[in-house]
Amino acid sequence: MYRIIERRMIVPNLHEFIVEAPEVANSIKPGNFVIVRPDETGERVPLSVADWNREAGTVTSIFMQVGASTAKLARLKPGGEIPTFAGPLGRETEIQNFGTVLCIGGCYGIGSVFPIARALKEAGNTLYTILEARSAYLLYWQEMFKPLSERVIEITRDGTSGYKGHLARLPEIIAMEKIRPDRIIVNGCTFQMMKVSQITKEMAIKTMVNMNPIMIDGTGMCGVCRLSVAGKTKFACVDGPDFDGRDVDWVEFLNRRRTYNPEEVYPLHKSGCASHY
Amino acid sequence: MAKQIDYERRHMPKQEPFERVKNFDEVAIGYTEELAREEAGRCLHCKKSLCREGCPVGINIPAFIECIVAGDYAAGIKKLKETNALPAVCGRVCPQEEQCELHCILGKKGGSICIGRLERFLADWEAARGKTETPAMAALNGMKIAIVGSGPAGITVANDLALLGYAVTIFEALHEAGGVLTYGIPEFRLPKAIVKREVEYVKSLGVKLYLDYIVGKTRTIDSILQEFDGVFVGAGAGLPWFMDIPGENFNGVYSANEYLTRCNLMKGYRFPAYDTPMKRPRCVAVFGGGNVAMDSARTALRLGADESHIVYRRSKEELPARAEEAENAEEEGVIFDYLTLPVRLTGDEQGWLTEIECIKMELGEPDASGRRSPIPIKGSEFKMKADAVIVAIGNSPNPLIPMSTPGLAVGKKGNIVAEEETGKTSRERIWAGGDVVTGAATVISAMGAGRRAAKSMHATLFGSK
Repeated sequence: MYRIIERRMIVPNLHEFIVEAPEVANSIKPGNFVIVRPDETGERVPLSVADWNREAGTVTSIFMQVGASTAKLARLKPGGEIPTFAGPLGRETEIQNFGTVLCIGGCYGIGSVFPIARALKEAGNTLYTILEARSAYLLYWQEMFKPLSERVIEITRDGTSGYKGHLARLPEIIAMEKIRPDRIIVNGCTFQMMKVSQITKEMAIKTMVNMNPIMIDGTGMCGVCRLSVAGKTKFACVDGPDFDGRDVDWVEFLNRRRTYNPEEVYPLHKSGCASHY
Repeated sequence: MAKQIDYERRHMPKQEPFERVKNFDEVAIGYTEELAREEAGRCLHCKKSLCREGCPVGINIPAFIECIVAGDYAAGIKKLKETNALPAVCGRVCPQEEQCELHCILGKKGGSICIGRLERFLADWEAARGKTETPAMAALNGMKIAIVGSGPAGITVANDLALLGYAVTIFEALHEAGGVLTYGIPEFRLPKAIVKREVEYVKSLGVKLYLDYIVGKTRTIDSILQEFDGVFVGAGAGLPWFMDIPGENFNGVYSANEYLTRCNLMKGYRFPAYDTPMKRPRCVAVFGGGNVAMDSARTALRLGADESHIVYRRSKEELPARAEEAENAEEEGVIFDYLTLPVRLTGDEQGWLTEIECIKMELGEPDASGRRSPIPIKGSEFKMKADAVIVAIGNSPNPLIPMSTPGLAVGKKGNIVAEEETGKTSRERIWAGGDVVTGAATVISAMGAGRRAAKSMHATLFGSK
């Protein structure tokens, strides 16, 4: 069993989750993910890693509550225990001195792009960060990116902080900010990663995305996480999860992610209470 | 006058097909004591027991059969466990017809002794009694062994080396032990309670077991070697193959590994009591003709499919599945589409599978495998409706260990290269066996590899420190 150090909602619907797992913490690299099971009847849920502390033996994730299993995770309490916390899984994000790198985070990906930004800074890159959310109250961890970045740029749909709009404005924003990225790294929801990849395809900038498909074992055994990259089938768990987003078949990927939508939502409606209607 | 030779194999009672397709309970019910003794009584106790030669782990078959005849089941199970840590599993899933039973002298007239069923009888008898006997164990010798994977190969090595006095630790990547016995083989063919019992038995020998521990990721083999005297890698065949035809990434297309893991390991058949969901498709096509294909097709029926097809490119004669399993599948209503090759899958706008385009085949000259190779018949293309496809055409070995272990020689298909007789790899103090070396094979061949590796590890390591 693995002890839960912290589980708290940091902004609406997004949870910070810190678990004691010394051996996992010891081996983690930026871009890795872990598989957790909230209890003995639970699903195996992949979570991107957002931080770790090797001395304390802890691993931090940020996750969004979307379906039945993340709802279970969101009900866990500090001091409690979970039966499975396996990892680190997936290949690490490629870290080198690329020159200028733009890190883009949204949703849970603000968390998971953080250790990547940190490692890129350590490797000598000039770093810019863009954080995107629907509204200012959904942004978090800005202060953690500031020491790493030349500038932390915010984009909100409603204009409550930073630029108004969304990442469709990326070409215009990087022109105004005078950023000439040699590489872009995007961690976030599928739509966001797709959008950026579609834009950068025309701009010929290498764009690494951290894919987030359905998984079971996370070790290459089941193949449910497969996706098409440059016309070839890849397994996100062992070939990725990082791929050049410009080569990903996003339509297929989105369809595959929706496979269990009805089943994932169904258990959320099982309160046992009589209907209002 | 000599006793009349009895050639009649005693049948094992089974659940009726119309009943069993509605549940996940075990299909074969097992011998009663009376049936077991009748069956054991047919053994001729040949001077030169050929059956033993057919057993990959060299079980003393005539000896345990004699114990059944005498009614001394405790002695029988003890005899079995001298060489086999998993009798309840082997009695159920070994292809005895190609091994021990193939060599039985009575087989010449179609009446070979049902060795597997007798093995199962003893194991189940012991389980029902609720008291397990542990064979004599050597004193701890001060040496530590790490085993990667708790499938049949790893469990066999753990058993053998624990009995010889080694301190053994197993590292398992999933949250349940047993490897393919747990995630792959369905409940109705191998109840998970039995796998648990066998794993508990090995733990009772002092073997430590760490779950959710992914060697190659959580910790590398090289790091493990700093703490342990030797490592055995039995990580299994963990990378499913697909057909490489258009449309395989449509929703509703599964690898057999995914389909069976969802059902068996994650208990998807009990959704929503368990959280992992499973679709309930009406018309299922399974590509492939092995035991895994049979398991998948039969699982689909139990999950409520109206039609469950085996789509196989060769004919019935070439079917790689055990005859018994194909027969069970047929009884349950699985439809066999022989000499049929899927060439393309089509789907709807939301990305869901709708149809399979196939072509008919005929058999030509024997190929490298000795089986007649299938050749497409021009113009014989046809379509079949399906809302699920399960691809059961085999697996490559899991890549995590070769990827993270420098200097470990790997073959063309990603398999770890190991000597057949010893399990020795290209690296000192690392042995390997089972599917990670051979690609997908049988439970018992993995156990055989484990047994040989354990012998070699003992010969190499004992007294080396």
